[in-house]
Amino acid sequence: MDTLEHGSGRLFTDPSSIAARAHFQQKSRAMTDKVMSVTEAVSTLLCDGDYLAIGGFGGDRIPTAVLHEIVRQNCQDLGFAGHTSTHDFQIICAGNLTGRGQMLARVDNAYVVGLEARGMSRQARRVMESGEVEFTDWSNYTMALRFRAAAMGVPFLPAHSMLGTDTMRHSAARKIECPFTGEQLVAVPALYPDLAVVHVHESDPFGNCRIEGISVADLDVARAAKRLIISCERLITNDEIRSNPTRTAIPYYCVDAVCEVPLGSYPGNMPYEYYSDEVHIRQWLDVEEDLDEYPRFLDHHIFEVSDHQEYVRRAGGLDRLEELRRLEFMDSPQDQGS
Amino acid sequence: MPDTPGDYNAMELMVTCASRLLEDGRTVAVGTGVPCAAAMLAQRLDAPNLTVFFEAGGVAPQLPTMPISVGDSRTFYRGLMATSMCDVMETCQRGMMDYTFLGGAQIDPYGNLNSTMIGDDYAHPRVRFPGSGGANDLASLCWRTLVVTVHDPRRFVEQLDFVTTPGYLDGPGAREAAGLMPGTGPYRVITDLAILGFHDETRRMEVLSLHPGVTLEDVQQNTGFEIGAANELTGTEPPGERELQVLREDVDPHGYVIGR
Repeated sequence: MDTLEHGSGRLFTDPSSIAARAHFQQKSRAMTDKVMSVTEAVSTLLCDGDYLAIGGFGGDRIPTAVLHEIVRQNCQDLGFAGHTSTHDFQIICAGNLTGRGQMLARVDNAYVVGLEARGMSRQARRVMESGEVEFTDWSNYTMALRFRAAAMGVPFLPAHSMLGTDTMRHSAARKIECPFTGEQLVAVPALYPDLAVVHVHESDPFGNCRIEGISVADLDVARAAKRLIISCERLITNDEIRSNPTRTAIPYYCVDAVCEVPLGSYPGNMPYEYYSDEVHIRQWLDVEEDLDEYPRFLDHHIFEVSDHQEYVRRAGGLDRLEELRRLEFMDSPQDQGS
Repeated sequence: MPDTPGDYNAMELMVTCASRLLEDGRTVAVGTGVPCAAAMLAQRLDAPNLTVFFEAGGVAPQLPTMPISVGDSRTFYRGLMATSMCDVMETCQRGMMDYTFLGGAQIDPYGNLNSTMIGDDYAHPRVRFPGSGGANDLASLCWRTLVVTVHDPRRFVEQLDFVTTPGYLDGPGAREAAGLMPGTGPYRVITDLAILGFHDETRRMEVLSLHPGVTLEDVQQNTGFEIGAANELTGTEPPGERELQVLREDVDPHGYVIGR
């Protein structure tokens, strides 16, 4: 197959399915109890220099507790899959330019820096404009497709996207010609993260998981990852999983750790559980404008905090929990906004 | 922005213009803000069978209120399906998505969009924006791309600092030559001054319809490249009583988008 054009961006991970198979051959198939604390999961499964992928959609169904723990443990020199990364990216950016070394070193970027309708993260922009982070641009679909390729165990997949643009020119994709039809396509390389973290509704102790609502790219992210931490709103029994296997979205053999974290996506949205806490997310965005106050905010909400429940309490989430649940279920018309 | 005559503001006018372009029985991929409000308004007026998609996986929600995120639970509230990003994007790629709505920091005469960076050194951007998100994919894969943006000369520029998302690239035939699917491309640009289209042969932007109280000179002064009027230049029909009522009372009662 002819390569018609090369993107100039750096490929941060190895797309080889042979190398991936060698890794997955060694991955444990044992159905053992994987329940552990967030602290233990991060310290045993994330290494300096690793490439990290986060499930959910930036501020929706995100593993906040694990993200905070990664910042607390101050892992260095990480690669990151910026696939509509909004509040999750904002948290990780606390590890750069704050006097604690350099957490973020490489970013595959489809959407970072912004928090959608809420505006831009000043800290994320500082980090991305600092010159200390290397980045390669992509689009949301091509990033999702990179996880799909990895989940399929093939080194690339084709798409009719990115063609003719600077996004393609600064990606690490290649333009190819279809061997059957002659159509020109972009070939995107498989992305196997060293570690992925996905927040789900329910998991059994072995890591069989249920997700309610949209799955975004998480079914593929979970299967593509070399190591996988699951955080869940609730632990359920294996009997419960077996009572309805149709609902299992991620199987135990992809999973290395299971952490029970109620309100684990807070301040993000968790479908059918609680809506996003826009008051606290606004505090994050505002405090990043103030370089004196920002480190104190991080101390108060991350570094001096022992666990996620304490963070939720400090952030005001426990006081607002009833309201966030009402907003999620849209119980009464007058509560649909704000 | 000039004062808009009549009892409506610029956002209400833009949402209304956008909603009128959405035909009943069609499909549209939207984001938050104006596009979402336009789709909701269309559904409540002339296009009850318009199917709305969100790129993170929400399909055909009965939107009770505006989502904050393209992936929040409102994007599939009482929806027909809660699926994945690949599924929605591949619905577009198969040729089943009629419209999408996009915006950007910069737009050029061919409808190309920049939402990645300002500056001339990619590795050291003067200003870093979020990037493509799903914009490049949607503009590549949907049949008709609609752009909604405020009209000013810093946005409407001859040359983008970065082509994030494809319009007609550098002119006639360029999309097809690049390998993009035939029959796709930017269709309308809706601003606070006018509705713009693209000339069939040159593929350059041209003025189709001036909003009430706006002159062609106003548009030209607020456009950083040469722009003329289409052969049949018309005036935009102002938002009607019913459109404004539904928009204000039902679609956006809290004024998130329309600011009332």
